[in-house]
Amino acid sequence: MSKITINIDGKEIQTQEGEYILNAARANNIFIPAICYLTRCSPTLACRLCLVEADGKQVYACNAKSKDGMNIATVTENIVKERRAIMEVYDVNHPLQCGVCDQSGECELQNYTLEMGVDQQHYAIKDVNRKDKDWGHIHYNPGLCIVCERCVTACKDMIGDNALKTVARGADAIEAEFKESMPKDAYAMWNKLNKSLIGLTSGEEMLDCTSCGECAAVCPVGALVDTHFIYSSNAWELKQIPATCGHCSAGCQISYDVKHTSIDNTEEKIYRVMNEWNYVSLCGAGRYGFDYQNKVESKDEKAFARAIEAFKKADTIAFTSTITNEEAYILQKLKEKFGYKLVNKEAKAFANFLNEYSSISGTTLYGYDLEATHNANFVISVGTAIKSDNPNARYALNNSMSVNKGAGLYFHPVKDPVVEGLGKTIMTMYHAPLQEEVVLYLILDLFADKTKLPSDISEYLASFHSKKTVTIEEIIKEEITEIVKVMKKNEESGEEEEVEEEKKKIVPKKITKEVEVDDNALLKILGADDKFMEDLEKNLAKKDSFVLIAGPDLYTHPNAKNLARLLALVEKYSALELVMIPNLTNTLGVSLICDLDDDRGSYTIGYNTKGDFTLSALGDGDLDMPAINQQEGTLTSINKRVNPTNRAIGYNGYVLNDIANALGLESEFTIDYTSKLPASKGFKSEAFDDLPNHYDNDGTEHRGYLLENLRLETNGDESVDRFKDEKLEGSLIYLANPVRQFTPFTYKCTNLDEVSGIYMSEEFLSKSEFSEGDIVRVKSNNAEVVANIVSDNKISGDIVLLPTFDSKLNSEALFSGYRFAIASIEKV
Amino acid sequence: MHNEHIDEHFSNRNIAEMHSDYYLVGIEDYPKTGWDKFKRVVQRSLKGELFVGLWVVLREMIRFDIHTIKYPEEKMPIGPRYRAVHEMKRLWESDAERCIGCGLCEKICISNCIRIDTRLDENSRKEVTEYSINLGRCIFCGYCAEVCPELAITHGSEYENASDQREHFLIFQDMLTPLDTMKAGAQREFEGFGAITPHEEERVKKTPLAY
Repeated sequence: MSKITINIDGKEIQTQEGEYILNAARANNIFIPAICYLTRCSPTLACRLCLVEADGKQVYACNAKSKDGMNIATVTENIVKERRAIMEVYDVNHPLQCGVCDQSGECELQNYTLEMGVDQQHYAIKDVNRKDKDWGHIHYNPGLCIVCERCVTACKDMIGDNALKTVARGADAIEAEFKESMPKDAYAMWNKLNKSLIGLTSGEEMLDCTSCGECAAVCPVGALVDTHFIYSSNAWELKQIPATCGHCSAGCQISYDVKHTSIDNTEEKIYRVMNEWNYVSLCGAGRYGFDYQNKVESKDEKAFARAIEAFKKADTIAFTSTITNEEAYILQKLKEKFGYKLVNKEAKAFANFLNEYSSISGTTLYGYDLEATHNANFVISVGTAIKSDNPNARYALNNSMSVNKGAGLYFHPVKDPVVEGLGKTIMTMYHAPLQEEVVLYLILDLFADKTKLPSDISEYLASFHSKKTVTIEEIIKEEITEIVKVMKKNEESGEEEEVEEEKKKIVPKKITKEVEVDDNALLKILGADDKFMEDLEKNLAKKDSFVLIAGPDLYTHPNAKNLARLLALVEKYSALELVMIPNLTNTLGVSLICDLDDDRGSYTIGYNTKGDFTLSALGDGDLDMPAINQQEGTLTSINKRVNPTNRAIGYNGYVLNDIANALGLESEFTIDYTSKLPASKGFKSEAFDDLPNHYDNDGTEHRGYLLENLRLETNGDESVDRFKDEKLEGSLIYLANPVRQFTPFTYKCTNLDEVSGIYMSEEFLSKSEFSEGDIVRVKSNNAEVVANIVSDNKISGDIVLLPTFDSKLNSEALFSGYRFAIASIEKV
Repeated sequence: MHNEHIDEHFSNRNIAEMHSDYYLVGIEDYPKTGWDKFKRVVQRSLKGELFVGLWVVLREMIRFDIHTIKYPEEKMPIGPRYRAVHEMKRLWESDAERCIGCGLCEKICISNCIRIDTRLDENSRKEVTEYSINLGRCIFCGYCAEVCPELAITHGSEYENASDQREHFLIFQDMLTPLDTMKAGAQREFEGFGAITPHEEERVKKTPLAY
C-alpha cells in the first residue's frame, strides 16, 4: 500500500491507496454522515447516508476506495436531497416518545434528524405490529429499529457469533408513486428497510451467544438495549470515567458510566460500561462485569494494625495477577527491603516461559500484538481456549478472517463450536493434551524456511516426511469427434439436403490415476484427517500476513521450556508473527516487575488469595483492599501497552500503599510509583497523570504507552528437544472458565450469571450417565472436588471443564501445573 | 438556517403602535441650583401635605371601608401564569399520572434541584420510583414546566413555602393532584410557559398517514 493524496471538499489529504473514502475523511476530521458503517467491519451499505461525489460520480464513501488524485465532494445539491429524504424515511413510523427511550440523548437518529433539518414528513406507510422481544441480556424493540444492520455486522465481522440476522418484516409494499417522486437512493434504502427487521439466527426465543452485548453498544437507536440498563438512567446524567477493563489481559479501553445511586443515596454507582466500539470491542465480562468493587465503609484501624503485625512476621507474599503495575512494584520494593518471597504461580510460569523464549529470540517480549492481528489474513491459535482465555484474541482472529478474506487454524484439545462457527475458513484440529510440542513442530514444518532453520531441526522435520502413492479420481476434459447429420443447402442445386459433418466436442471424463504425494507423519500423530493438507493449501492461497497466537496451555506444559524455544524459532524462521496471551489481567506486568519465587515460606500474606493473613479486594479477607475499579493505576496488556485505569467508585479503606508506608516505604499515593516502574524491563518513566487514554478519529490508540521490546544478548544456542510422543488420554479435565468469567471478581458481578460447577458439553452429557445438576466427585491424582454439573453448549467433546472463577471450588488443586489432567468422575 | 422559525414566533411587539391610548406622564424637571432646591423644600414644608396624609388616614378609619388585605386570613387571587410551588398533573382520561419519567426537567433545571429515579416496571413501562424537588434551591424559573413534554409538571399557586430550614424537599406524591380533586374535575391547568398556546393547531406541520 502506498501513500496517495486525495482531495475532499477542496482539502488535500494524505491516505493509503485503497482506503475507504469515509475512513480517510474521518481520519482527517472531515464529516461525512454515516449510520451503518463500523470502522473495523465490512461495509453494510444499508443507510446510504455516506453518499459522496467522487470525480463526478456518486459513490458510497464507506465502500469506495480512494485513488490517487481523486476529487471528492461531500455535499452536492442532489446529495443533500437524498440525505434529507433518507432521514425522513428513517423517521416514518418511528415513535416520538423519546422521553421513554434509553438511547435518547445519544441517539444517532435524533442527531441526524436535526443535522439534516428534518422538520416535515413527506412519506408514509402502514406500520406493522412490531412487538418487543426479550432476548435475555439484550432487549429488542423492533418499533425503534431502523435496520441499519450494525448489530448484525458487528456480530458477524467482529465477534464471530453470527447470532443476529435480518428477518422479514411482513410490511405492505411501498406505494408506487414514491418510486417516481422520491430521490433514488432514499427509495432503494426504504425498499430494503421496509422488508426487514432484526431476528435471531438460531430461530429460538432467547439469544444464545457468548453474550458480549456489542450489538446493543453499536445500536444507533434504542432498539437494542442491555436489559439491566433499561430505564435506569438517562445517558446525559452519567459521568464517564475512562478506564481499562480489569478482567483479562486484553486491557480493553472502557468507560465506567457513573451516577449517584438514588435520590436517597448519593454514593456513586456504575450504571453501565461503554466502549469506543469503532476501535475496541468488549466481551461480556468487560461490559456487564462492572460491579465487583469492594465496598468498605471506613478504615478498620485494628485490622490494619494486625496486617502490619502480620507483615512483620511474614516471609512470603502470595498474590494473583489481578493487581496494578504499581501494586506489583510495591510488592517488589517490599521484597527488596524485607526479603519476602513473592509467590504467584501463573505469573512465574509466564515469566519463565518468556525468559526461555528470549534466549533464542533476543527480545524481552513477543513481537506482535492483537491490534496488528486484526489486519493479518492467516491466524493460528495454539494452546488456548481462545474464546474464554482472551475474548479479544478471538475477535482479532474472526475479524482478520471476515474482513481481510483471511483464514484461521485452531489447535486445541477441547472441541469448540464457537470457534467452528467463526466461518468457513477456520480449520480446527483437536489434538490430544501434551501434543502441543508436536503442533509447534508441525507449524515449523509447514511455515518455517527450512534452508535457514538449524540443520538438525530441518533434518528432524524431514524425517517425518515420506512419499506415498495414492489413487485419486480426477476429471479431465477430453476432445472427441462426432459425426453429425446436418441439413445444408446445396449451392449448386439450391436444394436442402442432408450431409454428414465432423464436429469436435469437449466432454468431461472421470479417470483414476496414481500419484505420488508427500506423507507427513506429524499430521498422523496429531490425528488430522486426510483432507487437512488439501484444505490448508486452499486456505493459504493469496495470504501474505501470518500470526501465531500462543496461549496459557503452553506456559505450564511439562515441556514448557522447549515450547518457548520452539515458539521463538517459529517467529524467527517463518513469516508468522507471534502473540502470547498472558493468563490474567496483569500477568505480563507482574512477570516483568516482580522477581518471583517458587515456593511459599512458613508464614504467608495472601493478596487476593488465601494466606495466613489475607488482604482481599473480594471482601473475604482479614483486611480489605480496593478492587481494580476503585483505584488508579496502570495495567499491562497483551498488546504490550501500559494502560491507565481510573477510580470509578469510592473506596474508604486502606490500600496496599498505606501498608507499604507503614513499613517504611514512602510515597503519598500509589500512582507515584507509575513513573518508577523498571526501565530495565521496558517501562517508561512517565507520570500517571500524563498518561493519555483515548483513540483518535483514525483509530490511533493513545493509551498509556507501549512497553519497549528490549534487545537481549543471545548465546546463539537454538537447540530444541525432540518431542516425546506422549499424550493424555482417557477421562480428561481442563482448567478453564466459561465465556464471561475469569476470576472471583467476575463471579461477584450481578449481571454475570454463570453458575459455578463442573462444565460438561451437551454432547458429553447426552451419552454419559450424568445430567445437569447432578452432584459429582472429580478425583485426580492430586485432589478431589465435589460439585454440581453445568451443561455448556459452548463446548463439545468429552473433555470436562473445571472453572477457576469460583474460589470455593478450588479446581486448581486437581491439576499439577498443566491445564489438563486425567480424573475420574462419579456421581455422589 | 433555522432562524426563520424563530421569526415566525416573535411578531411585532411595538406597543406604541398597537395601543394608541398610551401617553407620557408629565414629570417636572429636577431643581438644578441651590436656590431652586431651597424653594422646593419651603414649598413642600408649608403646603401642609403632612396633614393631607393624616386626614386621609383618619377619614378612612372612620368610614370602616378598609382595602387592606388581612393576610393570612385573606389572600390575593393569583394569576394562572404565576410560578409558585410545583404540581404534578394527572391525565383527564384515566386519572393516571402524566409524568413519563423522561428526566428532561432534571436536565434543564438550572439550579440542579430536581432529581428523578426511574426503573422498568412489571408492565414494561418506565416507572418513576422517586422524584424530588429541593425548594430551598429552586428559583421558580419555570423551565421544568416549559420543557415537560406531557404538561405533567407545572407551577401552582401555592407560594407559602416558608420552613425552618433551607432544604425543603418536595416529593412526587405531595405534588400529584389528589384523586378526589380529579374525580371532582377540579384539576386546574397551568397556562404559563409550556402550556399549549392558542393557535397551536395552525403551527403544527401534519405528518401524512397511510391509513
